[in-house]
Amino acid sequence: MGDVRMPGSGRAELAAAGARAATRDALTRSSHRDRMTGALFLAMLLLGLGVALLGLAAILVWSFVEGAPRLGLDLVTEGPSTLRPESAGFRTAILGSVYVILGVVILIVPLGVGAAIYLEEYADRERWYNRVIELNIQNLAGVPSIVYGILGLAFIVRGPLDLGFVVAAASLTVALLVLPTVIIASREAIRAVPRSIRDGSLALGATEWQTTARQVLPAAVPGILTGVILAVARAIGEAAPLLLVGAVTFATFNPSIFEGGYSTLPVLIYNYASRPQEEFRVLAAAGVIVMLVLLLAMNSFAVWLRNHYEQKW
Amino acid sequence: MTRMDTPQIDSARMAESARGIERSEIESRAKVFSVADLGVHYSGVPAIEEVELDVFRNTVTAFIGPSGCGKSTFIRCFNRMNDLIPGAKVLGTVLYHGADLYAREVDPVEVRRRIGMVFQKPNPFPKSIYDNVAFGPRVLGMKDDLDGRVEKALHDAVLWEEVKDRLKDSALGLSGGQQQRLCIARCLAVEPDVILMDEPASALDPISTTRIEDLMHGLKRDYTIVIVTHNMQQAARVADMTAFFSVVVSEDGSARRGVLVEYDTTAKIFTTPTDKRTEDYVTGRFG
Repeated sequence: MGDVRMPGSGRAELAAAGARAATRDALTRSSHRDRMTGALFLAMLLLGLGVALLGLAAILVWSFVEGAPRLGLDLVTEGPSTLRPESAGFRTAILGSVYVILGVVILIVPLGVGAAIYLEEYADRERWYNRVIELNIQNLAGVPSIVYGILGLAFIVRGPLDLGFVVAAASLTVALLVLPTVIIASREAIRAVPRSIRDGSLALGATEWQTTARQVLPAAVPGILTGVILAVARAIGEAAPLLLVGAVTFATFNPSIFEGGYSTLPVLIYNYASRPQEEFRVLAAAGVIVMLVLLLAMNSFAVWLRNHYEQKW
Repeated sequence: MTRMDTPQIDSARMAESARGIERSEIESRAKVFSVADLGVHYSGVPAIEEVELDVFRNTVTAFIGPSGCGKSTFIRCFNRMNDLIPGAKVLGTVLYHGADLYAREVDPVEVRRRIGMVFQKPNPFPKSIYDNVAFGPRVLGMKDDLDGRVEKALHDAVLWEEVKDRLKDSALGLSGGQQQRLCIARCLAVEPDVILMDEPASALDPISTTRIEDLMHGLKRDYTIVIVTHNMQQAARVADMTAFFSVVVSEDGSARRGVLVEYDTTAKIFTTPTDKRTEDYVTGRFG
């Protein structure tokens, strides 16, 4: 090297190198045990994720492999048949599920959001009856779905409403079942809107209702939609309560809302799966795919809706 | 992008003009608020007690005092925001242009339409800049020439030049100081009679603070302003009248409540206070 060195710079360089080495040493001296604990912790987290993904993957792979021979358009265009499993499809059950779910959505959005608004914005927590209502909504979310099926059978299919075994009765029953989920999620979303937004609105002379409708609800829409997605996802897969309110019909005709029998996807899948012939098992597996696709489509729509509102705030 | 309307950092002039006003001149103005024997209790525990003062029209009135002296509690009595706090109870009388604000038949919503409020932390709505300002006029049914009204309010809050090209953008994208001026514009858009400001600059940087203070000087021509601040210099710069609140601790030390110690022109409070506690506070010996 041709550069001219200042006298004494060699010693300074030596000292700097020593300091650098000591610093590097101090900064990298994490113990072996610390690193092991970190790795173990990460491994456990990945295990949890892995089990969840494995379950999903297993269902997908199994139903695709098993149902592959029947994947085709006739799966959704053909009605069910006990005589011709090779050409039978899910048309009536898909329509049944869609009708039931649409009815559920129409019922749970206004009822669930209304209940949540009351509990969050208007109810006086000091009052014992409001606390009782709150506690019982939590409890209702945990009631087994078959209990709602019995309720639906006694009060909706028969009893006071006397609708009979129809789609509307199924919508009402499932709506009651998932309503607590929607109320709880909507309350969380409403509660997450900061107090300062309400104060700002009220201080401008807006009424409580204007504040709720124009500030709190729009800000809570994404959270409310998430609750509705969860509720719909649960509702679409629900079979137990529907068995009691009429979905057992082996419906070979398209359903209508207030009359006649109907079936839904999970019920028909169960129906096919319980038959001995191999063709029906294939059909059941293909039905699972149809249901997953339907679920995915509905969820995607809800997620799109949520994102749309989030951008717009 | 060029910066329009650079703020005039001219605090000294403001303080000068504030000190120039005689008490007699202020007291000749109309009384907007007349408070007598006012107390606020939270769940039965008094937060402030025995407050008595008058607020005059086109005047900036500042409430100063140490933390916990109840100045924020007190300012919320003027637009009945304390009604929204569960367990809060307001005792005594607050007259607004001679009418009792707490009379049974008074609708707090009507009160808040006339008496606007700007909060400590800027709280823009999660909407566009335009919709933030238009919200008040919309809910109050002032629908004619909304665009003009929004523009005027933003002008009056000295924010127009900075936001005129992006009225449709989210208000949450503005800086803290701009957000607070937006909150002031929002308040001005409904043409209130009084503007209450609860520590409006305490979350802002010095330049934004100066702009807000400048703004208050301009606004007092048309409005009556009441401001809570824990920044004494700010009170000295902007206020015509200043009320000093302090905390009284009960003999056994268990209860603390706020009281009004002294209320006079800002010049008097900061130069020749009557009460020893005020003097200690403004000279920095306490608080």
